[in-house]
Amino acid sequence: MSFDATYHDQIYKSVGTRPVRPDGVDKVTGRARYGADFNMPGQLVGRILRSPHAHARIVSIDTARAEALKGVKAVVTAADLPDLSDGDQSHYDLLDNCMARTKAFYDGHAVAAVAAIDAQTARKALKLIEVDYEVLPHVVDVDEAVQPSAPVLHDTIFTGGVEPKPTTPSNVAARAEFGHGDVDAGFEDADFIVERSFKTEQTHQGYIEPHACVASVNPDGTAELWVCTQGHFVYRQKCAELLGMDVSKLRVTSSEIGGGFGGKTHVWMEPVALALSRKAGRPVKLVMSRDEVFRASGPTSATSVDVKIGARQDGRITAASAELRYSCGPYADIWAELGAMTSFACYDLENVNTVGYEVLVNRPKTAAYRAPSAPMAAFAVESAIDELAQKLGIDPVAFRIKNAAREGTRSSYGPVYGPIGIGPTLEAAQTHAHMQAPLGPNQGRGMACGFWFNFGGQTCTDLNVNSDGTVTLAVGTVDVGGARASLSLVAAEELGIPYETVKTVVADTATLGYNDMTDGSRGTFSSSMATISSARNAIEVMRNRAALMWDISIEDVVWEDGQAKAIGSTHDNLAPLSIKEIAEASGKTGGPIAGHSEMVADGAGVSFATHICDVEVDPETGGTKILRYTVIQDAGKAVHPDYVEGQYQGGAAQGIGWALNEEYVYGQDGRLQNPGFLDYRIPVCSDLPMIDTQILEIPNPNHPYGVRGVGETSIVPPLAAIANAVSNAVGVRMTHIPMSPPRILAALDAQPTA
Amino acid sequence: MQYERPGTLQDASRLLVETQGTAFILAGGTDLLVRSKSDDFEADLVVDIKSVDGLEDVRETAAGFTIGAAVSCAELGAHAELKAAWPGVVEAANLIGSAQIQSRCTIAGNLCNASPAADSVPALVAAGARAVVTGPDGTRTIPVEDVPVAPGETSLGKAEIIAAIELDKRPPRSGDAYLRFIPRTEMDIAVVGAGVNLTLDEAGTVKSARVALGAVAPTVVLVDEAADAIVGTKLEDAALEKLAELCSAACRPIDDKRGTVDFRKKVAGVLARRAARIAYDRAGGA
Repeated sequence: MSFDATYHDQIYKSVGTRPVRPDGVDKVTGRARYGADFNMPGQLVGRILRSPHAHARIVSIDTARAEALKGVKAVVTAADLPDLSDGDQSHYDLLDNCMARTKAFYDGHAVAAVAAIDAQTARKALKLIEVDYEVLPHVVDVDEAVQPSAPVLHDTIFTGGVEPKPTTPSNVAARAEFGHGDVDAGFEDADFIVERSFKTEQTHQGYIEPHACVASVNPDGTAELWVCTQGHFVYRQKCAELLGMDVSKLRVTSSEIGGGFGGKTHVWMEPVALALSRKAGRPVKLVMSRDEVFRASGPTSATSVDVKIGARQDGRITAASAELRYSCGPYADIWAELGAMTSFACYDLENVNTVGYEVLVNRPKTAAYRAPSAPMAAFAVESAIDELAQKLGIDPVAFRIKNAAREGTRSSYGPVYGPIGIGPTLEAAQTHAHMQAPLGPNQGRGMACGFWFNFGGQTCTDLNVNSDGTVTLAVGTVDVGGARASLSLVAAEELGIPYETVKTVVADTATLGYNDMTDGSRGTFSSSMATISSARNAIEVMRNRAALMWDISIEDVVWEDGQAKAIGSTHDNLAPLSIKEIAEASGKTGGPIAGHSEMVADGAGVSFATHICDVEVDPETGGTKILRYTVIQDAGKAVHPDYVEGQYQGGAAQGIGWALNEEYVYGQDGRLQNPGFLDYRIPVCSDLPMIDTQILEIPNPNHPYGVRGVGETSIVPPLAAIANAVSNAVGVRMTHIPMSPPRILAALDAQPTA
Repeated sequence: MQYERPGTLQDASRLLVETQGTAFILAGGTDLLVRSKSDDFEADLVVDIKSVDGLEDVRETAAGFTIGAAVSCAELGAHAELKAAWPGVVEAANLIGSAQIQSRCTIAGNLCNASPAADSVPALVAAGARAVVTGPDGTRTIPVEDVPVAPGETSLGKAEIIAAIELDKRPPRSGDAYLRFIPRTEMDIAVVGAGVNLTLDEAGTVKSARVALGAVAPTVVLVDEAADAIVGTKLEDAALEKLAELCSAACRPIDDKRGTVDFRKKVAGVLARRAARIAYDRAGGA
């Protein structure tokens, strides 16, 4: 059936309310099953042997002694994961990251794995595997890696996107450029120019639940995988491709998820668990330790960004440019490209140019981290914008409002914007009480804006009306942030029934069509659209059944308030039929009642936020305290406001950690020095103030309820907002994230004394 | 791995003497249990001393306080007399980890773990605390600063156990304080720690003082010259500046994931100055 996704204003009954989430009780009582909570009879314990070297050629691997150990049921190396890439570089890179083939590219890179009857035996077996490494020079720093003298990771990579094609291999895998107008002419017109370089260190998503899975490969070649993931359909696809299986033969069930933030969007050890199970003939459970999570999964790019922005005395920006270098780990990707696209997305610019360079380094493969690449670009750009406002003597909010993108603006990355929220979030900031609150000594206030694309993608849902009139909604997007509650609200709204009568479940890959994963802030956006479509299809079925029961034409049946009503002068004396009555009769009117939907959920609708932050800095120790924090963001329509606010607060909390303390610290030997939560410092509760939120609702024209994704944008402004606040507090422009106490104190000490 | 829970120090010591393998003493277990999860950890014997008679109490005597080796840091925080006499020692013990950790961990364990960053150790050294060490050859009492000799290493013999930590009775007009620097607000490890203990005369002049620094050298540093700089003063600005300067100069830190040499030197002085001020106020100085 055709589906009209356009926005129509309406009065909501369920959407916008705040009921208790269906998964809440299980989570707080410990009953919820996460990745490591699944067990199979006869299951083995899997463990992975990891390279201690940042860069080393694998001369040989001898697994004989490990295989001979009593209790060891399988040992696998790259030889057990044949290369089926057939020229597909991203397939090859994924395979190589799961299990190093010829070289170990980072400290923590998997080189072999064992499955044994218990953890102790598995641990012993790892120690019996003999790997002969030829240690190679390494490079971990993004700026050092682009130097001609740097050790080159791959002699097969020549910078892409450059004409003519380079003749020497390089750690710069690709160059991407965006923009329009003439920036040189724009800078000529400027009365003031700010030009600065910024750095951000590598951070991890810091999800509390480590990667975990159980893989079971049967003798007939079918297999099952229970796994903590943001996208079980994607995991099925990738695992099947890497292992040479038919997609239909692999069934993947997603567990509850203790955080993903992008880090659980691609496979790490799941193909290894399947390979172990295939070899051992028994189920294999693989659970990463925290050390492995830090060394071998996750992190976002370390970056180095040069920004130049010019403006006229009247406060109008005349030109803006940025050059961005993003680390990718050992494999080429599009992280710098995303940074280059998002850099100036908040502004209406006549002349803008951004260039991104993908830089390969001996660090773990970079993975998506919540609005991937945007926070670092925003840090550089929003810091420079703030400094330019100061030079011009204009209030930083007013300066941004004057230059903000609006409907019809051609964005710096190409598309022309529809109705967007950057202006309204800035205007809300300008009038927010936070902006007027007094500041004490050593305190400073900062603000910044952020942008994220948002994504829609392939989506499939089933809505089943049960025989008692309750509803089961099966979706294929993993619930990371409260989506089951939100989608139940949407189904209840569309059907006109109470929230409590709808139960939403995440279906496994064998029982629903393909769904893209929960990324790009798409979970609620896309699955709510598919849910509305499913519900409308189910309503069609129920109108039909009511027409049958009444023996009237379907044209004379409307659906209102959860019931079928007969219309027209001849029928209006018929009492309405409730969903319960229609469902109870379904066995006699044509069988079960269901609504199905499959779609590509287009028109996700870009998202903008403005954050305000107050800090106090101890000038003698460089210690920073976040005093107050406010998030203002456009949600399109907040389906479940609690979880929208939760996303706003969560993004801010992660951003605060990133801004102040989180960073990967590598030793001279290229080994990660802080693979644990003691020395990789995410904020604890007492580090954070209550984070205030303000939801704006500028409807997305491409969604029936106006919904926009809200999950990611909230991490884009914090680095810049906090850097601006710290810079204002100490009177020195901070250009290196995290602004850890030693870095702040060094910046203060570097100032000439008055 | 063999686990034993002896009832007397003699039995505990004998178990340690007799074992041929690697042995560990378990009290609160907040260091040992974490370490035991590492792939490199191997233990043949663990001797749990929590059931040993007399190690579970804080005793107040005419000479001062005797804190049994199995007394948790949370119990120190709940001991009103100890807290009144040695607020700096107790606040240091109550900074370790979280409420959950404090309800298990002990100051004797903190000392024996021999981490340069141990929170309670600079406060104990500043307080002039002593460790009562029992072993196969009997019992000896040594200054706490003589226990750690290097990161992770102590001066204790194979079968020696710290049975108690002793603190003196306080003369009038005395105060102590401990401050540490961590990048977070809690659940963290000291980048720099500073303990100051002092006694004033009737006029409010510092009569005696001890200053100790943590996390700025392989072991805790007792900075006599910094203490001397405030003796005979009323902590005027110049005296405090001198104290800070001498503390910074006494540091022999390293650059590592937690901080830089420059940062640790500077902040050691800052914290010592601030801790001295608090100790002075606690001693009743004006």
